[in-house]
Amino acid sequence: MTEPILQVRGLRVEFPLARGLVRAVDGASFELHRGEALGLVGESGSGKTMALRALVGLLPRQARPAGGEILFEGVDLSRVSAERLRQVRGHEIAMIFQEPLTALNPVMRVGDQIAEGPRVRLGHSRRQARERAIELMQQVGIPDPARRYEAYPHELSGGMQQRVMIAIALSLEPKVILCDEPTTALDVTIQDQILKLLESLRRKLEVSVLFVSHDLAVVAQTCQRVAVMYAGQVVETGPIDEVFREPRHPYTLSLLRSVPDVDVVRERLATIPGSPPDLAAPPSGCRFHPRCPFMQPDCTSGDFPLRPIGTERATACIHSEQCVQDVLREPVIAGG
Amino acid sequence: MTTAAETILESTAVEHRRGFRRRWYRTPSFVIGLSILGLITLLGALAPVITWHDPAHQDLLATFQGPSFDHPLGTDDLGRDVLTRLLYAIRTDLQIAFLAVLFPFVIGTAVGLLSGYFGGRADTVANWFVNVVVAFPFYVLIIALVFVLGSGTRNIYIAITLVGWVAYTRIVRGEVLVTKRREYVLAAKTAGLSTVRILRRHILPNVITQAIVYAMSDIVLVLLAIVTLGYLGLGVQPPTPDWGRMIADGQPYLTTNWELATVPGLAIVFTALGLSLLADGLADLLRPE
Repeated sequence: MTEPILQVRGLRVEFPLARGLVRAVDGASFELHRGEALGLVGESGSGKTMALRALVGLLPRQARPAGGEILFEGVDLSRVSAERLRQVRGHEIAMIFQEPLTALNPVMRVGDQIAEGPRVRLGHSRRQARERAIELMQQVGIPDPARRYEAYPHELSGGMQQRVMIAIALSLEPKVILCDEPTTALDVTIQDQILKLLESLRRKLEVSVLFVSHDLAVVAQTCQRVAVMYAGQVVETGPIDEVFREPRHPYTLSLLRSVPDVDVVRERLATIPGSPPDLAAPPSGCRFHPRCPFMQPDCTSGDFPLRPIGTERATACIHSEQCVQDVLREPVIAGG
Repeated sequence: MTTAAETILESTAVEHRRGFRRRWYRTPSFVIGLSILGLITLLGALAPVITWHDPAHQDLLATFQGPSFDHPLGTDDLGRDVLTRLLYAIRTDLQIAFLAVLFPFVIGTAVGLLSGYFGGRADTVANWFVNVVVAFPFYVLIIALVFVLGSGTRNIYIAITLVGWVAYTRIVRGEVLVTKRREYVLAAKTAGLSTVRILRRHILPNVITQAIVYAMSDIVLVLLAIVTLGYLGLGVQPPTPDWGRMIADGQPYLTTNWELATVPGLAIVFTALGLSLLADGLADLLRPE
């Protein structure tokens, strides 16, 4: 594909807590290409959100970055000054949050919140900024924008609030938009509208989208490529249809198998045995080995970096052929 | 993009909000409080129109007069018209009360905002000062300060500001500690806004309401403090009319002319009632849904 706009290599985020050092992100690597949408999937606590926040240098107070490179157009964002990073935020990289209502200022008119970026960062006049905000509101499909401009966040529905968030993210014409589960808080019909909106905006404005979600169906609908995270690491990456049709990591396979299928009546939903590892004391070797159906003796020790398979895919599993055989026995149902 | 149903739902939501905005007139305590305070302010402003006497003018030949057309509330021990003094005292006392709340409000809010947001050493120092001031009873500290600084309006402002800011710092700091962890503050940071901008536009408007509500009830407290200082002879100096001074002056004649001390006392109660109701109603209105 095209050149990467954002390259993350060996990213680490640590929480020094009383019960020990928790490595929330432990050597995660992935690439976001220009103009594409990359899905970052994983369970709760797999480090997706922390990885996202590390990209813009806004980790929670207790967390600390512990290494890795974040190359944005060739510049390592983990090494630039705080002021330079602030310039990058909004202008180059914008973010959309999970809960639009909590991510909007409750006592500020939504129009003013959209206009704030152009007004403060681009030095627009009051009127220019207002016009720009109304134009953005139109662009994200908010009907009657001049009237909605005056509304407060709680007066809008969840779908409209999320559209406002998207308008704010677009207001400085960033090159990358980070989405942190942007549709999880919405009901399914609105979710679909928002995903289609994001998709059309991505095509039209040629922005790159990094889409964090635990919902495989959402990622399948929106993204071209996917990176699967487990216990703070990226365990598999590749084009979405290939990964979902033919996973090469047992975790991805288990994840896909646990998606309910409306065509097949099953007594119980397939689940992954065991629970995600304690990140203060992760298992040695491959982190997935205690839960892995294909575990071999050599899985329990050593490093498991991403190794390329072909040109576009990579997996951390050293027995990925097991997955291939398993899929041959019983194809997975998910995928675009 | 939007379904028709969603659009309809949105418009009802906006209509509902319009209704809420006008809710102030349906909050009885707010309306009554505002009316009382409005009436008092009007009486103070129109004092020269309502009475034709000079509040400081003495007439030693006409002391302790009962109510008459010329002196509706009679005259005091120096022959001054009681109604006139009562009305002119509104100007003194309310003005001092409002200003003496404004200074601590501004200073306390600023300190609370900064110490709560940045934390660390500045917060520790601010907290230390707050705890020192809080450790003393309010009146003891005010009286001690005025005693040291000397009486007079300017020193009342200084004393009340020195003591009063801590309440605002405590309130605002607590609110900031909660608000700075809100997602919209994180969102503002991801939008690359400066710290000053985030404090001014995203945190301050969300924490100020509690301070405003407190300020309203604080005015009552400050009014009483001013009156108390006046009563003790430490406050507004004669011949400027002041309710506290009037009570103190009328006190020796309580057995013969009880109305001299009672009338300004009632004026204080009435004003305090109005301010308290206003504070109550405002708290009701500003309470987040």
